[in-house]
Amino acid sequence: MAATQVLSKDTSVPMKNELLAGRTRAAMIFLLPMMLALAIVAGWPLLRSIWFSFTDASLVHLYEAKFVGFKNYLNWIDLPSGKRVYTGVLVDKGWWNAVWNTLRFGTVSVVLETIFGLAVALVLNAEFKGRGIVRAAILVPWAIPTVVSAKMWAWMLNDQLGIVNDMLQRLGIITEKIAWAADANYSMAAVLMVDIWKTTPFMALLILAGLQMVPKDVYEAAEIDGVHPVKVFFKVTLPLIKPALMVAVIFRLMDAMRIFDLIYVLTPNSSQTKTMSVISRENLFDFDKFAYGSAESTLLFVFLLIMVTAYIKFAKVNLDGSTQ
Amino acid sequence: MANLVLKNVKKSFGSVNVIKGVDLEIKSGEFMVFVGPSGCGKSTLLRLIAGLEDITSGTLSFDGQVVNALAPSRRGIAMVFQSYALYPHMTVYENMAFGMQLSGGSKDDIKTRVEKAAALLQITPYLERLPKQLSGGQRQRVAIGRAIVRDPKVFLFDEPLSNLDAALRVATRLEIAKLHHSMNSVTMVYVTHDQVEAMTLADRICVLRDGLVEQVGTPLELYENPTNIFVAGFIGSPKMNFLEGKFAESYKAHTIGVRSEHMEFVKKGGWQGSVIHAEKMGSDTYSFVDVGSAEPIIIRETGTSRHDVNAKVSVAPMDGKVHRFAADGKAI
Repeated sequence: MAATQVLSKDTSVPMKNELLAGRTRAAMIFLLPMMLALAIVAGWPLLRSIWFSFTDASLVHLYEAKFVGFKNYLNWIDLPSGKRVYTGVLVDKGWWNAVWNTLRFGTVSVVLETIFGLAVALVLNAEFKGRGIVRAAILVPWAIPTVVSAKMWAWMLNDQLGIVNDMLQRLGIITEKIAWAADANYSMAAVLMVDIWKTTPFMALLILAGLQMVPKDVYEAAEIDGVHPVKVFFKVTLPLIKPALMVAVIFRLMDAMRIFDLIYVLTPNSSQTKTMSVISRENLFDFDKFAYGSAESTLLFVFLLIMVTAYIKFAKVNLDGSTQ
Repeated sequence: MANLVLKNVKKSFGSVNVIKGVDLEIKSGEFMVFVGPSGCGKSTLLRLIAGLEDITSGTLSFDGQVVNALAPSRRGIAMVFQSYALYPHMTVYENMAFGMQLSGGSKDDIKTRVEKAAALLQITPYLERLPKQLSGGQRQRVAIGRAIVRDPKVFLFDEPLSNLDAALRVATRLEIAKLHHSMNSVTMVYVTHDQVEAMTLADRICVLRDGLVEQVGTPLELYENPTNIFVAGFIGSPKMNFLEGKFAESYKAHTIGVRSEHMEFVKKGGWQGSVIHAEKMGSDTYSFVDVGSAEPIIIRETGTSRHDVNAKVSVAPMDGKVHRFAADGKAI
């Protein structure tokens, strides 16, 4: 008995392990470059930001920074009068304004982009002549670097020389020229419009990929069942593309929550549109409050982490690629 | 209960003519099978009947009423697809009830009909499952159940067994045959490329090639009296033996055809040759004999063969079992 057990251990088990070891080794070899790149470009900067947020670092004294605990987040001074004054990001009105701006921008832009993207995807999923060209053309706004398209829109929306005001005036829709990007009433709308213009194609493409996974025969079965096209959309198409839609929304949501470039170029220094990324960059580099900006960046990171985790959990997003 | 008449039906996709003028009558309650090689247009013809494709020219009528422009859902048809076409996100019950729910049937009525169909197809235990939790055979039964629930006048099958494995194919074939017997007032149209399915299921078979009807008839009519070489070669397994040249000359034909079971080994006379291979099926043996014709002759014997590979043999067709064809392929 003992001899056979030893034998079986000696023959079968090591062979199996060899296979497994080989596979693990191959996996490691393929994964290592990516892990390394991620660690260098994402992991290290992230850890450094978090570290700086707990120090008194400034741009010129980065390496002499000393640990100060949570002071950048929340601190208080007791005045001689007995009054206690709170400071730090968590009680900063500018910061909270940026948080609300970000949330407002993120919600509105993602909702509208999803609806428009879905509509565009449905059109592009239909068979018509020149569909390939239209599909490529619709991607143009997405392909233009944001800084370029933001500058382009800034000119078009310019109050004195912009073509948008000119067109609206000629059509008789407005009587006086509007400073779209600068006017506090319109600046958020301008940012939203440009972002939707730019990002709808991206949503459309992701949703289109989902639509193309829906088997054609299911639609034919619905046709024979006599299901009204609108019902087919809500009862068949939408449930079937839901996994793809959820993934598209989460990508967009993460992107929208850390929006920076468009706002920085289109509406610089507008408190109506200043987002978390914009305000933290401002503190990091413009106001030389490096530690304070780092604290804001860290909060943005935590905020995104919580949001994405909650979304994945509650929306049951399927990220492993299996069907439904 | 519907009598289907196709009059000079044509279908083209762009400049490609797929159906080139089909005249056909499918009688009420009949099981009609469209059979033919891939690309012959049999599925397209079925889709024209279903209304999933528009008819380019000609007329299609159900019980004398032209339905060319009628929506599929108003033709009184049900269809079973090769790929099942179940709604992946709905349970078996929802799949079967979906069409009726929207046409406003009462809840109890829907429930009775679904349960009746489920019992008939033995899928009652799976009503709460999703399609992905079922095997291929079960999925196809659900698809058939969904069609039954619609209580159609015409039942359309588009290669329903093609995605099933061999054993399941035979079992499901039997289910469909039983279904036809129990729903004998329902007209059934069935598309397949498998001539065995056609032979076993059909009341009548319509053999199609290249968008045209080659022959329509009962399975045995097609088997015994094929009107041309194509039908002769397509119906029957193994394929009919065809011989040309000197073999056909003595029969005053361009080509002669003899089925494998109508060939026999003879002591003298006949065609001399040698056995190049023998397929032993247990119940039958198929011997391949090279007599100098373009392809070896296949001879079917019951049980096991007396002839070894490489044996010199003489073979001959049985009297009166030779099909004669002219140079244009038509039977003489």
